[in-house]
Amino acid sequence: MSMLHTPPNRPAGKSIQLMTTCLCDAFYADVAQATVEILEFLGCEIELPDGQTCCGQPAFNSGDWVSSRKVVRHTAKVFAGDKPIVAPSGSCAAMVFHGAPLAFEKEADLPEIQALANRTWELLDFIVFGLGVTEWPGKFDAKITVHRSCHLRGSRSPEAMASLLGSIEGLTVEPIDETEQCCGFGGTFAVSFPNISNSMGTLKIEKLTASKPDIVAAADMGCMMHFGGMMEKQGYPQKRMHVAQILRDSLKNAGKI
Amino acid sequence: MKTQQQIDRTARDLDPEVHDSNFMGAKLKSERRYATLHRDYDDPDKLRETAGLIKQHTLEHLDTYLAQAEASFQRNGATVHFAVDDDAVNAKVLSIMNENNAKSVVKSKSMLTEETHMLKYLEENGKEVVETDLGEFILQIDNDHPSHIVTPIVHKNRRGIAKSFEREGLGDYNDDPETITRRARKHLRQKYIDADVGLTGGNFVSAESGRVVLVTNEGNARFCMAANKIHIAVIGIEKLVPTDRDLGLFLNLIGRSGTGQQLTVYNQFIAGPKSKDQPHGPEQTHIIFVDNRRTEVLASDCREILRCIRCGACLNVCPIYRQSGGHAYRSVYPGPVGAVLSPLLAGNRFPELADLPKASSLCGACNEVCPVNIPIPDLLLRLRDKAKREGAKVAMKGTPNLAMWATLCSQPTMWKTALSMGHTMNYIPTELVPHPSAKSWQGARKLPKFQGGEFRKWFKNRK
Ligand code: SF4
Repeated sequence: MSMLHTPPNRPAGKSIQLMTTCLCDAFYADVAQATVEILEFLGCEIELPDGQTCCGQPAFNSGDWVSSRKVVRHTAKVFAGDKPIVAPSGSCAAMVFHGAPLAFEKEADLPEIQALANRTWELLDFIVFGLGVTEWPGKFDAKITVHRSCHLRGSRSPEAMASLLGSIEGLTVEPIDETEQCCGFGGTFAVSFPNISNSMGTLKIEKLTASKPDIVAAADMGCMMHFGGMMEKQGYPQKRMHVAQILRDSLKNAGKI
Repeated sequence: MKTQQQIDRTARDLDPEVHDSNFMGAKLKSERRYATLHRDYDDPDKLRETAGLIKQHTLEHLDTYLAQAEASFQRNGATVHFAVDDDAVNAKVLSIMNENNAKSVVKSKSMLTEETHMLKYLEENGKEVVETDLGEFILQIDNDHPSHIVTPIVHKNRRGIAKSFEREGLGDYNDDPETITRRARKHLRQKYIDADVGLTGGNFVSAESGRVVLVTNEGNARFCMAANKIHIAVIGIEKLVPTDRDLGLFLNLIGRSGTGQQLTVYNQFIAGPKSKDQPHGPEQTHIIFVDNRRTEVLASDCREILRCIRCGACLNVCPIYRQSGGHAYRSVYPGPVGAVLSPLLAGNRFPELADLPKASSLCGACNEVCPVNIPIPDLLLRLRDKAKREGAKVAMKGTPNLAMWATLCSQPTMWKTALSMGHTMNYIPTELVPHPSAKSWQGARKLPKFQGGEFRKWFKNRK
């Protein structure tokens, strides 16, 4: 039991709703595309609720719970039904299954929000523990390091990620120092505490690139946008990829899709 | 970089030497903590959970356990007092001293007496007070404040300490740690002998047996009682555990979590004054149970913070604490625990400290190491909500207003229009966007290329 209590008995099954996340919707189309491609490879039938926007996390973390609840209520309406909801982002998934119920503790519609929470999964968690896929039949020649996003802490996603990446032919995952170090994003934290956030990001980049990997990977585009934006400004040569993109490309390399 | 948040400013302006000693000290202790816990236990998380449950249970039945502790202490011959607030504690200590004609006090570290400014109060009332923890002693002569709950002077280095010793007439300048320690020992030894009262805190109290448990690495708490007639223990009401048996778990966790020690060097169990069966020790033992807004915290939705055993693990692992140091938190308790506890204990002065819960990226490292499994990030979030509801200005500084964004996010048509129009953003040099949050972000990071709506288009048009 730690910070994240992934709801027990979440529905699995291959008919799912995809939560694109606002970051993928606005900036990272290929990450969402890769997510669709790997889930379809696994035989999933994907519904993409058209009215979806954002999980409500920015306002929730800033302490503006009134605004956040407005967005969460909207999300609950858009993602009606009882199918599993899958998001290619630990922090957005955690916002739905952990943050939203916290923000609704004293609200009358908590049961509806809790129901939404109870069927939400982070992508890798879903693949391994929802669908029971532990081996990835892909091929990918590269040395990578992985950022353990803070929002995966306490969930089973890191375990899922390790087992999937570890089974890809040709792929080496280099260990990094101080895995627990946060990248310093924290939503609006990066904006209101710029100096501390920069120092944290700089440290994180040092650790992630110490072994000179070909690729720096993560399973959350929030973190990636933050330290990636810093790497770009500072001129780091490593490529960055979401784990979903690695999984997808490795299938392509193996001729599976 | 320009910043509006005080903690961020402190971090930016921190003396590099102070920054480094703070950072390295905290990091080292985190590493030791990890090594010891994971070497000694198969599943340290199970222990943290159990310890958290025991503490939570105690808090939920605090009235019962307090009554039980009171009866147990009385049976042991100790005198039990209850104090509602800072004034009441200070006055109680003074009156015990006056009744016994006591002039001087040797004190072993207690954060609670920092909360009540007891040292200053007693001095103003003509008493001599000497801090006996080496770190606290140095703070006292420097008129400084602790920056850590376990390592109060993690922000200092030996050159500064050597200068302070020289200034106080404790020998010529010498920054050899052993010499400094030897000089302090010699100075303090006489103070122990001359003092009338030994004043301590209490790490744990067993309600079952009426025992105060004190842990130190210097043995100073023990010396504070060795030669004195009176021992006063000032203890927060949250320090109770139900039985002696529970102590094993907590003593095993506190050392490992705080410094990576299997056990602190000195562990004292104090039941009461000397007696026929127990011929050594003080003639009087006074236990003062202090509330000082703890019942208010207990009634709030952040009550879990009262489980805290002050091990300091959350400070050591916290990236914000590591960068900014303990003084940045402007209150008795620094770091993640302080960011929750200090604003709560501030009562109606909450708005002044409402920025503390904002000083976190919510990374959750504190929760992961906390020996009593306090969900610190959740509590920080609840306090951010409280700050917003109560309009605490210090909390809002530098945070963009998200009301418009929430409206946009609740209207899919508007959202999609914004997504499709967002492409124009790629042609605006974002460095020039006048919004302060955009500026702050762009200072160190590039924004990714906007691709609003492209995924949806792909999804709709494929096959
Ligand atoms: S909150 Fe937890 S980790 Fe922090 S000092 Fe208290 S017991 Fe230790």
